[in-house]
Order: sequence, then structure tokens, then C-alpha cells
Amino acid sequence: MEYRKERIDRGIKARTEDIYALFSYREMLYLFVPRAVPILGLFLVTLLVGVYWQKVLISTAVFALLALSWDLLTAAGMVSLGQALFFGVGAYITGILNHYFKLSPLFTIPIATVGGGVVCTLLLLPVLRLRGIYFAMVTLALPLMLVRIIEATKIFGGTEGLSGLAGLPSTRFELYLGLIAVLVVLFFFRRLINTDYGLVLRGIRDNDRSVMRSGINIYWYKAQALFMASAVGAFAGALMTHVYMFVGMPVFEMDYSILPIASAVVGGMGTFAGSMLGAFILVPLSEALRGVGGLRIVFYGLFLVIFTVALPEGIFHYFQRKYHQFERWVKVEK
Amino acid sequence: MKEEVPFLKVTSLTKQFGGVRAVDTVSFDLKKGEILGVIGPNGSGKTTLVNLITGFVKPDAGKVFYQGRDITGLMPHRIADLGIARAFQMVKPFYQLPAFKNLIIPLFSPRVKRLAGGKYGDRDAIAIDLLEEVGFERDSFVPFKVASVLPHGYLKRMELALCMALRPELIILDELFSGLSMAEVASMLPIIEKLMSENLTIIMIEHRLKELFRISNRVIVLNYGRKIAEGPPKEVMESEEVKKAYLGSETE
Repeated sequence: MEYRKERIDRGIKARTEDIYALFSYREMLYLFVPRAVPILGLFLVTLLVGVYWQKVLISTAVFALLALSWDLLTAAGMVSLGQALFFGVGAYITGILNHYFKLSPLFTIPIATVGGGVVCTLLLLPVLRLRGIYFAMVTLALPLMLVRIIEATKIFGGTEGLSGLAGLPSTRFELYLGLIAVLVVLFFFRRLINTDYGLVLRGIRDNDRSVMRSGINIYWYKAQALFMASAVGAFAGALMTHVYMFVGMPVFEMDYSILPIASAVVGGMGTFAGSMLGAFILVPLSEALRGVGGLRIVFYGLFLVIFTVALPEGIFHYFQRKYHQFERWVKVEK
Repeated sequence: MKEEVPFLKVTSLTKQFGGVRAVDTVSFDLKKGEILGVIGPNGSGKTTLVNLITGFVKPDAGKVFYQGRDITGLMPHRIADLGIARAFQMVKPFYQLPAFKNLIIPLFSPRVKRLAGGKYGDRDAIAIDLLEEVGFERDSFVPFKVASVLPHGYLKRMELALCMALRPELIILDELFSGLSMAEVASMLPIIEKLMSENLTIIMIEHRLKELFRISNRVIVLNYGRKIAEGPPKEVMESEEVKKAYLGSETE
């Protein structure tokens, strides 16, 4: 006897984003639960864990922000291998403002967010015409270049960096600032990409010639997406600077470029929620594996390989499908 | 007396790719409301000519004047903004999106907003109206189906609707009829005729000569990037040089 898997959609009304969703409690819950439960769960966790894991969660939030930023760029057809650029520029702007101008974090973080967005957009403006791997190579090279410039010219503390920067009021404050920022960015990006504006961004990724002949300046749209993505990355850098009370060359390290991409791949790209989920799995996992000792990276790598092979679509897409569809085995009739 | 400015004027346009002159000193004029056919064997430079006019490729020499204005070398979106819409030969829609959502992008352009007096209006409704104009059945689900399940004929119609969405004054159709059956072409001809009655100017690149000659009263023939003939279809096809280009010369 042969069987095949049958998939049946459920809750189609709730998924049409139409007014139907408001007609019944069941349908409202259907939409509400997958959003509310993870958020409440996350905040519950923050109340239960100690200072060490709170620090881990802060760094998780930072990587989640970088992953969200990467996902937005990818949605607009720009593949970035240099999230460290956004992170590092935000971190250095904050550090410089705090160290040399004695500005409080209340000002340095917002200025670094907007300023970092502007600086990174201007740095990448000349290469907006490049596509795919060519754009990616430039984003890969820029943070490496900036690091050497700082090393060679000894500006901004050179190899020593700037230490003794102002801290934020408490670990909990840092944590909630990070997590709230992640949620705000997540829901903003998710909404944005489904508007007609977001449609143009996705259009540029899929067929930029068709967008051009539609009388739309794709470079202007790409620059806007780049600004949003780099501002989010710069905010992450600024937050981390005040958490460590230090800024130095490590902010341009490859970790900040690669881990966000790994997060997006493990979590599932294109939905933002997936990228965030990926960061919330990978960063704590990497910390938890510290107990293993020398083989940590091996286990970490193994985990990445298993996930990309077993769930190439990403964890989020997998669960989303399971949530929206019934699956059952039925006999094959001959 | 003031000399009349041609709607579109192309003067000795040239583009070289490596050692090949894809378009070689091509010149022609176009009057408003005219429908010009561009024909020629494969590789004769027809699509390159379109790319040169619409800004996707920068010419090595020559000029393009649109309503008396020099548009040579402008960016494609600037040229589209002036009212020149083009259909691509290879349709590449946004496959995972419903058909009508594909039209949102041109409807979101600055030109459409400007022409509508600063307001976009209900883009989804306008998109569905446009699809109906090009032959998507209104009371069916076809406009709401994702583009990946639509047959080629519908995608070609959608390509035409994408041009019309821009509210252009000049439409350049690059082999709109390629890959379509006789019946499909026959059902699309009235749409083109309707556009002509609205005083739109059209350039049609076509291999389907019979259908083209039914609606076009003037054609130019390209061969190896050069314009070898120009005039009414009948005269052009009688020309020895055109026969040679299409059938090969006897001496070879």
C-alpha cells in the first residue's frame, strides 16, 4: 500500500491580511498567538536569567539587528558581506562623540544611528550600480580597509582603541533597549516590505531593468534601503560600544559580517522573523558550547551544516508552513 | 514658417560591441501618432536600437531627440519618465506575485503621480482595469493569479499593460508577438489598434511580418546594423536588398 502526504491550508482567511481576520476570535488568535507568544516568552526569559545570560542576550539582540539589516539589503537585491562596516562605523561614531566631545549616550546613540546610516550610504554610493557578487566584494573590503586605516594612521586611539567610555544605567536597561529595538525594526521591516514601496525594492532584486523602464530611479531606492539597513547596523554598533564602554579595531571583525548571514540562512531569509530567530538560536548556542572547550567551533560548524542540509528553507519557513497547513498521510488510489 | 519638430528623431546612431557594429549610423524620424515597424533578420541590431533609444545602452555616436529634446545617454528611468515605455522581448515578471501586483511598480512611478495631479489613486483598482484593457477577463480570477501560473500569452499581454501603466506617449514593443499563436496575435491586434486610435506613437519590432503590415504603414529594415530600406511595407519588401537580406544573395 502506498501513501502520500496531503497538505491542506488552514486559516486562509486569516492570512489574506483582509478584514476577515477580525470577524472571529479564533481567527484573531490565529494571527495573534505566533506573534505574541515568542515576544512574551522572550521577556519572561529576561526576568529569569542571571547577569551572564543577560549579557549574552544583549549580544544576541545586536546580532539580530545586524541580521535584520542584512535581510533588508538582500530583499532590495544587495548582498552584503560587510555588516561589520555598519556596526563598526556606528561604534566608532559613538566612541568619538563620547570620548572627544563628552556627549552622553542619550545623544551619541541617536547621532551614531543616523550618522552611521549617512556615512555608510555615502561610502557605498559609488558602487550601487554593481550587482550581486561585485557589490558583495566591495562591502567585504570596506571594513577591512577602515581597520587598516585606523591602524596605520593611529587615529581614534589606533590599535588601543578608545576606552573608559560612558556606560548605560544598568544591564537590564541595555538588554531591554536592545530587545525593543529588535522588535521595532522587525515589525517595521515586515510591514515595509509588503507595502508598494517594498514591492519596488523587491522588484529591483528580481528584475531591475523592468523597474527602470517603469520610470523609477532604482539607485535612489537602493540608497534609501541602504540607509535604513546601515542605520540599524550602526545602532547595533553604538549600543555595543556603550555596553563594553570601549571601541576599538575589533568592531570591524569578520564575526559581525558572517554571523548575521549565518543567522539569516539558519532562520530563513526573506521574512525578517527568520533572520531574527536565527540570531536567537546561533548566538546563545555559541555561548552554551563554551563548556565543550576546544571542540566548540567544530560542534558549532557541525550544527550549521546539519541545519542547512536538513532545513535549507530555514527554521522559520518550516514552522510557518507547519502552522498554516495540516499534513496527513493518505492512501494512494490506483 | 516654423519647421515642424519631429516627435522622435534618431540621427546616425552607432553602437559597437567589440568588433561588431550592432547598430551602424541609423537615422529615422517619427511623427506623432505614427506606427513604425522595424524588421530585419536575427542579429540585425533591432533590440540594440531599442536599448539605445531607451537608454539601456549608451551610443558611441549619434543622437536621439524626443519632442525636440536631446535624450541621448539619459538614464533609462529618466527616459521612461519623459513618456517612452518599452516592452521587453523576454518577459520576466515577478513570478510569485499576482498579475495585478506586477503593475504596481509602474503605477508607483513619479510620472504616473505627476500626471494624476500629485495623487496616485487606488493602484490596485487601476492595475486591474489595465489588465482588463489588454484582455484579462474581468469577472475571472486571472488578474489575481500569481504570474508563474499564467500562460505565455497572458504574460505578453501583461508586458503591454506594464507599458500602458506608465501613461506613455511613445511605446516601443520589442517582439510583442513572439511565441504567440495566430489566434493570440489576432486577439491582441485590436488592443494595439485601440492604442493607435488614442494617438499613441508606436514602434514595433516584429518578426511576424503579415500581422505587422496590417497595422503599420511605414517600416524600416535593418541588416547588420544598417538601415537598408524604409517606406511602405509593400515597396520595402519589393526591394532587392531586402530580399537579399532575408533570403541570401544568389551569388553566394
